[in-house]
Amino acid sequence: MVRSGLFLLGLIAAAADGPLLPPAANIRADFARDIEPILKARCQVCHGPQQQMNGLRLDRGEDALRGGKSGPVILPGKSAESKLIQFVAGQKMPPVGSKLTAAEVGILRAWIDQGAKWPKAEPHWAFQKIRRPELPAIRKQAWTQNPIDRFVLARLEAEGIEPSPEADRRTLLRRLSLDLIGLPPKPEETAEFLTDPRPDAYQHVVDRLLASPHYGEKWARHWLDLARYADSDGYESDLPRPHAWRYRQWVIEALNRDLPFDRFTIEQLAGDLLPNATIEQKVATGFNRNTLTNREGGVDTEQFRVEEVFDRTNTLGTVWLGLTVGCAQCHDHKYDPISQKEYYRLFAFFNPAHELDIDAPLPGEIGPYLARRPEYAAKRRALLEEYGIPELQAEWEHKLLEAAANPGQSAEWDKAWKYLGNNMVGGQAIVKLDPAQRTEKQRDQIADYFIARFGDAFGKERLAKEKIDELRKKLKELKPPEVSMAQTLAEFGERRRTHVLHRGDFRDPGEEVTPGTPAVLASPPPGSPPSRLTLARWLVSPENPLTARVTVNRMWQEFFGRGLVRTSEDFGTQGERPSHPALLDWLASEFMDRGWSMKHMHRLIVTSATYRQSSRSRPEIDSRDPDNVLVARQSRLRLPAELIRDSALAVSGLLNPAIGGRSVRPPLPAGVAQLGYASGVKWEETQGPDRYRRGLYIHFQRTVPFPQLMNFDAPDAYLACSRRQRSNTPLQALDLLNDPVFFEASQALALRLLREVPGGFASRFGYGFELCLSRRPTARETERMAAYFEKQVDILRNDPKEAQALFPHALDGVDPAEAAAWAAAGRVLLNLDEFIHRE
Amino acid sequence: MTFADFQLIQTRRDFFRRCAGGLGTIALAHLLDAESLRRPHFPAKAKNVIFLFMEGGPSQLDLFDPKPALQKWHGTPLPASLTKDLRLAFIRPDAAVLASPRVFAPSGRCGTEFSDFLPHTASCADDICLIRSMHTDAFNHHPGQLLLFSGSTQFGRPTMGAWVTYGLGSESQNLPGFVVLASGKGTSGGTSNWSSGFLPSEYQGVVFRNGGDPILYLSNPPGVSTRTQRVSLDVLRELNEEHRAATADVEIASRIASYELAFRMQSAAPELLDFSKESQQTLEMYGVNNETTRPYAVNCLLARRMVERGVRFVMLAHASWDDHAELNKKLKQNCDITDRPTGALLKDLKQRGLLSSTLVIWGGEFGRTPMVEIRNPSQKDNAGRDHHPLAYSMWMAGGGIRGGQVVGKTDDLCMNIVEDPIHVHDLQATLLHGLGLDHTRLTYRHLGRDFRLTDVAGNVVKKLLV
Repeated sequence: MVRSGLFLLGLIAAAADGPLLPPAANIRADFARDIEPILKARCQVCHGPQQQMNGLRLDRGEDALRGGKSGPVILPGKSAESKLIQFVAGQKMPPVGSKLTAAEVGILRAWIDQGAKWPKAEPHWAFQKIRRPELPAIRKQAWTQNPIDRFVLARLEAEGIEPSPEADRRTLLRRLSLDLIGLPPKPEETAEFLTDPRPDAYQHVVDRLLASPHYGEKWARHWLDLARYADSDGYESDLPRPHAWRYRQWVIEALNRDLPFDRFTIEQLAGDLLPNATIEQKVATGFNRNTLTNREGGVDTEQFRVEEVFDRTNTLGTVWLGLTVGCAQCHDHKYDPISQKEYYRLFAFFNPAHELDIDAPLPGEIGPYLARRPEYAAKRRALLEEYGIPELQAEWEHKLLEAAANPGQSAEWDKAWKYLGNNMVGGQAIVKLDPAQRTEKQRDQIADYFIARFGDAFGKERLAKEKIDELRKKLKELKPPEVSMAQTLAEFGERRRTHVLHRGDFRDPGEEVTPGTPAVLASPPPGSPPSRLTLARWLVSPENPLTARVTVNRMWQEFFGRGLVRTSEDFGTQGERPSHPALLDWLASEFMDRGWSMKHMHRLIVTSATYRQSSRSRPEIDSRDPDNVLVARQSRLRLPAELIRDSALAVSGLLNPAIGGRSVRPPLPAGVAQLGYASGVKWEETQGPDRYRRGLYIHFQRTVPFPQLMNFDAPDAYLACSRRQRSNTPLQALDLLNDPVFFEASQALALRLLREVPGGFASRFGYGFELCLSRRPTARETERMAAYFEKQVDILRNDPKEAQALFPHALDGVDPAEAAAWAAAGRVLLNLDEFIHRE
Repeated sequence: MTFADFQLIQTRRDFFRRCAGGLGTIALAHLLDAESLRRPHFPAKAKNVIFLFMEGGPSQLDLFDPKPALQKWHGTPLPASLTKDLRLAFIRPDAAVLASPRVFAPSGRCGTEFSDFLPHTASCADDICLIRSMHTDAFNHHPGQLLLFSGSTQFGRPTMGAWVTYGLGSESQNLPGFVVLASGKGTSGGTSNWSSGFLPSEYQGVVFRNGGDPILYLSNPPGVSTRTQRVSLDVLRELNEEHRAATADVEIASRIASYELAFRMQSAAPELLDFSKESQQTLEMYGVNNETTRPYAVNCLLARRMVERGVRFVMLAHASWDDHAELNKKLKQNCDITDRPTGALLKDLKQRGLLSSTLVIWGGEFGRTPMVEIRNPSQKDNAGRDHHPLAYSMWMAGGGIRGGQVVGKTDDLCMNIVEDPIHVHDLQATLLHGLGLDHTRLTYRHLGRDFRLTDVAGNVVKKLLV
């Protein structure tokens, strides 16, 4: 096995090195430049974070210098005696893949001979404190509108790239409208902007849109992705959650009134723990209630309670920390500095909380409720006493508690206890609570459950079936005064303790832990109580560098299609590094300095010259920067699923622009809901104008989600989603072409053109084009469409039945074939690539 | 660039490298057969999969794994030593044993024993590799189904069909690569059983529906004839072309391509559903004309026709086998519905030479206990069985599978496995192996790490393979 390198070796290397080792390279070895890449590429698969064969780990200095099970492998100053060198030079390592070249071995040798210096790793960038960076020097001052532009331009100038010119006003208005309120501009809004002579006309538009109540809808949808919002349980029978919408409503309103992000955070994570918490602050904790619930008959309720706490912990990681903390559920995180114990200390903040559905009256509900309540309560009490319910219930609760404390004594009562957990939110917690400490609501809830489930474990011999039915009927006849409810998180009763769970298994508890935050980040102020409120405040304290960075990065992602950190859900060591680190920190510090105002940040971003650039591709730059990392232009972005629906409804005039309220169920093709468990999902179609509400109000049934939303990449609401995909599939084409709602929109658009625009083809087409795309068609576009239109009219004149089906409304003085051709033309407009994009 | 230029260039691999990354491009690559065919890691016999998913947990004790010893225990509880670590969903470990009234008989040259409820499946014994030693970690339906199809009880992972289509691409130019067919009721997992998880949405299973449009929104709206559709797509393409010129955005080309594929699907899907060229004999064999078997039989025949047309992964779900009560009656009902078409599918694939390149799998998310569950004591013959994750049966046949054998063995009571335990992760690894994919190398980077179908486990079970 003589290789040419070995001859050289004989000539150059010192004799003491032994005859088989390539010589040390004659360079000053730089660890980061020369050594780390070799270790990473050749060694760390087996000796790295994932696995440590023979106990050796070569990705961390301390471990590497300590060596493996058979002792040190790196002897500083003595490369020839170092096993590392002997193995890689002796062809023993790596056992698979190509061997190291003589040059690579030489470099490793040089590094070891020079002392094997392993520089102390700098703390990962994302964990470092945010310092407001200086604005960089730039040449082209005139281009900039605000500090954002200086950071972007500095980078472009360093690369020798000119920014793109500003987009034209029509494009800008459409972009702004879709980005800020999620609806395309109306033609009159476009006209107004085009003719606005004020130098700050653009700022006026931004102000108008930020003040629009639709702003909250647009940005709520983004937040709901993170909140894994849905209107159903998720597992198996996937029961609907009729109160879930209250949380969505809270988000919309909070965004519209620009609730500062620190308070936005605190109220959602711990609103219930604020002093004198308002109902709305409790409603905000519905964030934590979007976890999946498993009510399968055979589940262990504790297992799925723990699953919910895992989800809450992991969601906190994704949404505020940008960290995959869930990796540490079963073992120490392999890449990021989060130990398993630290994971369970975070988990411990959520573990004591109970789920609680509360009365949360809407405006107008409370008066009538209070007026009727005393009389109702008295009648109800009398009725229950008449049937001996209080005594029976006390006995029932006693037996349940016995079963809970000593499981295995009675199968029947074990099951009754389990069913209580499965079938009633917070039911077990209420039974555990001393009756004197229960709220009136809780007292009613548990009595109602008892009466409803009387047969479960409590023999009918205690009260004849007829008697119970009689009581149930009488109770119903009392017509309980009701107010709307909301899903919340609350703490009461005995405080649950937390243990590390070995391999994440709830049956295998280990060491007990107290609530605490990861050591890599600054701790909450000493003396803070170990509560969720402390956790929430810690997240938004100025010492926490992650929350602000992660949040402004997601804003950037929404406005440019790509975050400054592309992996917006992962700021850990496995995530990507920021493309513009100083800009990210500047934005994060600005966000905090301006009182965490989200509207301020949105205004700042959309008024930057960077945002206002044209999105036209520049082939000469795209080859260098295919992903537009440098932001030398805006990006064309396909609209999210909901906005595609909203746009079609808006331009055709069908949209019901009402804000907020309960979820709606627009028509669903037959058979879709039947794919849910035991074909049991009920989809009662919403009637009337509510069928045309915006996409974010569509009832989201997790096991059988609304097809149009899923076709266009809406998240499935199982886990927090920080960035959506933008796919392009034939199912999307079929949906836009043939989904009845889009076809209806084409017909409505035709009707609108026929009614609102007098005159011939060109003026009607021009207006339709303007409605859909906010611009005038080019001559070629008009020409092509005119040819199509004529062909259609021709076809439809010869086939009146087809014409009738395409456009069933008869209009005075309008040729039915022509009217039908407009419906066909409307369908083309709604299918244009441009219609479902913002430029 | 004209559209014709585009069509020329799109077949060139470097086009995809030159145009900006992004999912649109991946989608385009996925749409176009020449580009979307990815190479397996190593040569393999199987190219397609038909997964006959028997949702709910069919009873292995009454179908595949005869236990005469249970007769001795019938009506009495098992000793605590046998049941001490058992976690059960509904019953207690000291529930009485329920012996199976079924009669088992050896079938085929190999002599594998099948229940008298499965005569047609039994007639294919020599092609079937029966696994009597399956086990899983989950004992509730939805988590069990997640584990079976996505390798994890957590939500959000891609499912088997998505992984396979991601790994091998689609062979069909005008049908989706991963198709879902369903009969009976809806499954516990619903769409999570065919989700693409964090893989691009293109890999999601496309449901072929039993009524109305076979694919959602496949038909043109009223009044839109095929001619109008074609003319509309033409002008749509022209206008999109105009806009591509104005924006220089190559992604618009993929949008145009997906509209063309949608148009092709509009004619391919009805052709797929048109059984008029199938012989009367074939229809009879599947049971298409019989009221009982029809819905499932149609799906089996469709599965064969899809495989013929290059669909990569067909998931055929039948629900539900969750027989907590009235086992004798309900099991018979399900077998009456599914047995004939299942046997016909195997025979039909074989006679057409497709079985050697198609992997067929039959089974559910877990099995059922040897102990009885009685939900309604007052009803005669109410006995059922609870969920049993520790030992149950599935079978495989076709491409690369060694038929005519039984792998694995359970104890005399079917409480535990005594020989060749096969975890669902092993099944997944073996399935991928059968398609030429190494389960440790078929990965996708998400949240900073490389995920795979088999999570961090799974071994290829060589015994199952030729």
